Amino acid sequence: MKDVLTENAVTSHTTKISARKVQVFYGTNHAIKDVDVEILDKTVTAFIGPSGCGKSTFLRCLNRMNDTIPSCRVEGSITLDGENIYDKRVDPVQLRAKVGMVFQKPNPFPKSIYDNVAYGPKIHGLTRNKAELDGIVEKSLRRAALWNEVKDRLQTPGTGLSGGQQQRLCIARAVATNPEVLLMDEPCSALDPIATAQVEELIDELRANFSVVIVTHSMQQAARVSQRTAFFHLGHLVEYGETGQIFTNPRDPRTESYITGRIG
Amino acid sequence: MSIGLVSLTLLALAAAGYFIGRARAVSVAGGDTRKLHSLAGFYGQSVFLFAAVPSFLVMIAWLLIQPVLIESRVSARLQTTIGPDASMSLVMADVRRLAGAIDRIGSADEVASLTPEALKARLAGQGVAIGGAMTTDQVAAANDYRALQGKGRLGMTVVAIAVALAGMALALGRIRADYRARNVTERFIMVLLIGASLIAVLTTAGIIASLLFETIHFFSLYPAADFFLSTTWSPKFGGGSDLGIWPLLWGTLYVSLIALIVAVPVGLMSAIYLAEYASPRVRTWVKPAIEVLAGIPTIVYGLFALVTVGPLLRDWFAQPLGLGNSSSSVMTAGLVMGIMVIPFVSSLSDDIINAVPQSLRDGSLGLGATPSETIRQVVLPAALPGIVGAVLLAASRAIGETMIVVMGAGAAAKLSMNPFEAMTTVTVKIVSQLTGDTEFASPETLVAFALGLTLFVITLALNIFALWIVRRYREQYE
Ligand SMILES: Nc1ncnc2c1ncn2[C@@H]1O[C@H](COP(=O)(O)OP(=O)(O)OP(=O)(O)O)[C@@H](O)[C@H]1O
Ligand SMILES: [Mg+2]
Repeated sequence: MKDVLTENAVTSHTTKISARKVQVFYGTNHAIKDVDVEILDKTVTAFIGPSGCGKSTFLRCLNRMNDTIPSCRVEGSITLDGENIYDKRVDPVQLRAKVGMVFQKPNPFPKSIYDNVAYGPKIHGLTRNKAELDGIVEKSLRRAALWNEVKDRLQTPGTGLSGGQQQRLCIARAVATNPEVLLMDEPCSALDPIATAQVEELIDELRANFSVVIVTHSMQQAARVSQRTAFFHLGHLVEYGETGQIFTNPRDPRTESYITGRIG
Repeated sequence: MSIGLVSLTLLALAAAGYFIGRARAVSVAGGDTRKLHSLAGFYGQSVFLFAAVPSFLVMIAWLLIQPVLIESRVSARLQTTIGPDASMSLVMADVRRLAGAIDRIGSADEVASLTPEALKARLAGQGVAIGGAMTTDQVAAANDYRALQGKGRLGMTVVAIAVALAGMALALGRIRADYRARNVTERFIMVLLIGASLIAVLTTAGIIASLLFETIHFFSLYPAADFFLSTTWSPKFGGGSDLGIWPLLWGTLYVSLIALIVAVPVGLMSAIYLAEYASPRVRTWVKPAIEVLAGIPTIVYGLFALVTVGPLLRDWFAQPLGLGNSSSSVMTAGLVMGIMVIPFVSSLSDDIINAVPQSLRDGSLGLGATPSETIRQVVLPAALPGIVGAVLLAASRAIGETMIVVMGAGAAAKLSMNPFEAMTTVTVKIVSQLTGDTEFASPETLVAFALGLTLFVITLALNIFALWIVRRYREQYE
């Protein structure tokens, strides 16, 4: 079943998000310089690059999370399904419902595990009754590979989980709102190999319906889960293309030295 | 030596002790500080502490005990000479005043040479008023008093410096290479800190004990059942008073309730605006502007209630609605008090809301929640314990407030539901029962302590209640 979906997904080449000449400034610090990217529908795109190169910053541009940072200024155009998301008519709230995000640092709400996952569905009115909500919560927790660990303690606080469990809780929370695009900022940084494998499986599964952007510091992970890879360096998008090509035959010497472990 | 000079000497000794101690530690180690158990500075510190702390404690104790001893000795000598109808405490007050003024007149011999009448005139010329008739005995007592004071001061200086030197010698004598100086100084400092917190605790205990003591005294004169159950308050200093607490308690709770109904929503909403919506520039202006409200003296609020709010409410609400025609009312006091406590709610809540990590807001916004959903469902619940604390602080401020009530709500103890009627509160009655020259012997004055204790118990209960709410909330979420 999964293989079939995967096969189907690879054939899709419609552009979901398209960024043109994006510049991001934090005050006077020019964090993102002239980035052009096409993110395809039903595809996993990996952002790689050394720490501080602007991966998180660019990711946050895609659902306008940078709006919450007062010093941050975004220029250029980013379109989602052909519509400029920085247009005045676009409501960032609606946008973020469509473009979900898992943050680099786990940030569970000080609520119960159940309420953490049910938060999005409740806000967007995705369910008609408690049973449906229960269903969504269970399904999301299962997809995030957390269900077995927490099924007996759904009413205990989400902040009481371990770091890796919190990270999966945040993934479940994001998945529960059914976004069209899921932005994941280092979702496996605190996970053991088993949980990592489960999350990667989830990403692969999500690809059937969504497009997923994942920031990762693990080359193996990028190679395993993504179809396309973008390499950022010092705020520039150095190289962007098919994952296979980036890892086996990079065009830019900087990409090659990063992948082989010489810079970063 | 004056107290300031003694303190300076002690500090200088202790500072010298620090350097001597450090140097000694270094020399004990043969110049190689690595052989020492602790850093050389700790040896100096230990000497400093042993020199300074005990000597200062001795000095403080001396300053507290000396006046009592001198007083009792001088008054014992005067006891035989004053008439049976004269009050000892008044005579002693004169003696003290005289003793303090002698320096300004001249030497003790000069004072002794003057007749009491002439002395009194000279003192009056200096602006020192002596109450009773002055006798030669009193002048002699004043001279005694002065002499004893001088002796006491000298004794204190000698003893304090001796203690400092002894402490220094002791600490210096203990310095060896393996002397655990860091542990000793840290332990010493910990004991000091414990002492400081003990002072606060003991003071509270002392206040409660004195309240309790006088309250028990009150209940021996007036039945407790009447105090707690009667609904009339009509003290008569001639006797036969009704001292039921209910009208006062009702007034207190009613006024505080109105104050909170005003202050909590306004304060909370302005806190949310400031923390979540206001630009940094607006915030830097508006926040201090609101905090100014807390700095206005309550008597000014009282005037505002008396002159502006009271008549306004009477003319526009109470009279047209047929609810009364008094300008002092529970409503007046409650509204004005509410304005007074707004900053307690808003400023604290603002700080607390600001302390909620931005990552929680991001998490909620990132799921497509609107800013107001984020505030209601994530930020406020996370800040709830602190907000409860802020509201509680405002409540205890309102319950303890006196001035605004006197001027806004009046002083008539009454049990009524009508918010436009004049009522009064516990605090106002405590003041009015204690003003005047009565001694603390009749139930009419002692009732003030019972009222005070009741108020204390209520605020305590409020605190415990709030703690309980916070604890419950924490269990659920964190
Ligand atoms: N809130 C902020 N305010 C100011 N500057 C910021 C802020 N966030 C990021 N920056 C700056 O932007 C640049 C890019 O940061 P970003 O967080 O995007 O890096 P990153 O590629 O995600 O790094 P990492 O792999 O360590 O997460 C850095 O130079 C950083 O200092
Ligand atoms: Mg990052």
